[in-house]
Amino acid sequence: MKNKLFNITPDRSKYPTIGKDGKPEIDLSSGKFVKIWQGPNHPGVTGNMSLELTLSGDEIVDAKTHVGYLHRGFEKLFERRKYIQCFPTSVRMCVPESDSNEYCLAVGTEKLAGIEVPDRAQWLRMLTLEMSRLQMLLRIVPGQGGTMGLGIGVQWGMYLRDLILDRFEELTGGRIYHMYILPGGVRGGLPDGFEARLEENLKDIEKFVHRIDNVLYQNAVFRKRAMGVGYLDPSWIDEYGVVGSNARAAGFKRDVRKDNPYLFYNQLNWEVPVKTESDIYTRARIRWYDLQVTIDLIRQILAKIPKTGDVRAKTPNVMHWKIPAGQTYVKSESSRGEFGFFMVSDGTDKPRRINLRGPSYTHAVSLLERMLINANISDVGALMVSLQTCPPEIER
Amino acid sequence: MKEILERINQQFNCIGHEFQPENLSWVQVDKKQLVPLLSYLKHTEKFTHFVLLTAVDWIENNEFQLNYLLTNHTLHQDIAIRVMISRDEAEMETAHHLWQQIATYQREIYEMYGIDFPSSPRVHESFLLEGWDGIPPMRREFDTKKYSEETFFPRPRPEGKDPQTHMKQKLYPNEE
Repeated sequence: MKNKLFNITPDRSKYPTIGKDGKPEIDLSSGKFVKIWQGPNHPGVTGNMSLELTLSGDEIVDAKTHVGYLHRGFEKLFERRKYIQCFPTSVRMCVPESDSNEYCLAVGTEKLAGIEVPDRAQWLRMLTLEMSRLQMLLRIVPGQGGTMGLGIGVQWGMYLRDLILDRFEELTGGRIYHMYILPGGVRGGLPDGFEARLEENLKDIEKFVHRIDNVLYQNAVFRKRAMGVGYLDPSWIDEYGVVGSNARAAGFKRDVRKDNPYLFYNQLNWEVPVKTESDIYTRARIRWYDLQVTIDLIRQILAKIPKTGDVRAKTPNVMHWKIPAGQTYVKSESSRGEFGFFMVSDGTDKPRRINLRGPSYTHAVSLLERMLINANISDVGALMVSLQTCPPEIER
Repeated sequence: MKEILERINQQFNCIGHEFQPENLSWVQVDKKQLVPLLSYLKHTEKFTHFVLLTAVDWIENNEFQLNYLLTNHTLHQDIAIRVMISRDEAEMETAHHLWQQIATYQREIYEMYGIDFPSSPRVHESFLLEGWDGIPPMRREFDTKKYSEETFFPRPRPEGKDPQTHMKQKLYPNEE
């Protein structure tokens, strides 16, 4: 079971003959096939993208990913904006987890300009990055059940995510887009009593962790539909540039926070969850472990965060700030895996090029197209969510 | 990592190389050396993880810069390969046989910069810009403001503060 992509054994007698190139010979006029579009408006698709599926019966024999419904030309717009003006745009590149965007952009600017960030600001950055990961996991963990009709966890998760967004609103003024991390540091310290209120939220989320285990991971329907389904072969991890929880579910212990520690992650204690089954269930399960690790990390950060000190280094006038010419790549670990900004400065006050490397670029296009072959049409939504695809970061 | 850079320099006649803090190295090679170098890095030096492929338009030099970024997960090192190609012959050898995902990057770069990668799968299929027939929009000569003024219905600017003037007044009121 484990070595197959999907746990079905199709009757090949009625199926297409396989051509010399190894691909099925599809003739739509033969009446054996039907072509359907899943998305862009479809409950089984994550965001604004669509899948062009060719079916034989209820089995997919050919799949193409179509993106472009959300293209906003951000990377082009960056070239016309000053660095500081790029921040409100950058946070929209990956909508559900905006803090990774502003972190990478800020650090890239600091690296090119040679600016040192105060320690307290680095701890505050870590706190917001982990809070951002937590709210994202509260969407994605129960969301995996949502693709199979298990909606109750989604309702719980969205409520608890709202509590974290309350804390973000308190800290930054914004719920989704924060623009809290800026070149040189962050915009301010923690409000009075913030730690206690966040701790209250973490206790609520801990109860959810155990409830969702019972409702989702022990659920017979979910186990039947997720175990052994959507197997991601470990040999595809490097071939397709798979990162994050998808790689960790296939036995690859990869986490930028451990491999190339940034901020003060090397002062925190935690273990990177790894499993080897590499199916939909395991990928979902890894995120459940991630949720617990994130709660623990937030507590460690709250205990260690300095109470006093600067939160932002002095920078030149941001409206006339010419960044020295140079190139750099900044990466961080988002909830979906390695998330990076490639930045080029030509010595002017506007970036020459900023390019986002989002995990979904490969997970949702080349990898998904490969994994959908031989899948059952009813598993498409679950497979997409298990790869944690996020279309906004494909279309920058 | 310095030993790896020296070995690359000896075998591939690098035009330049540098080492940045936090485990990132840069190597620039001639375009003919690129695919052999990628293959060497993948198979011999174990840079098995392909991170990204992106382009930069240096219109003033009449050049495109292609950047290939790889990671070695054993050494936890990144290496970025830089290749300069002429804007007049915007074509590059495909590397999708080394990592299948590169085909997607090449497809986007062809669409956005007009750099062709002959024999790359589906490279001429539209990726993000279905039905686009103008010049590739990420090229520097493409003017987004002019395009939007010509394409979309002209609208008066909404009443409000000009962001640049407002920020200057609020943050740096005493500066010229």
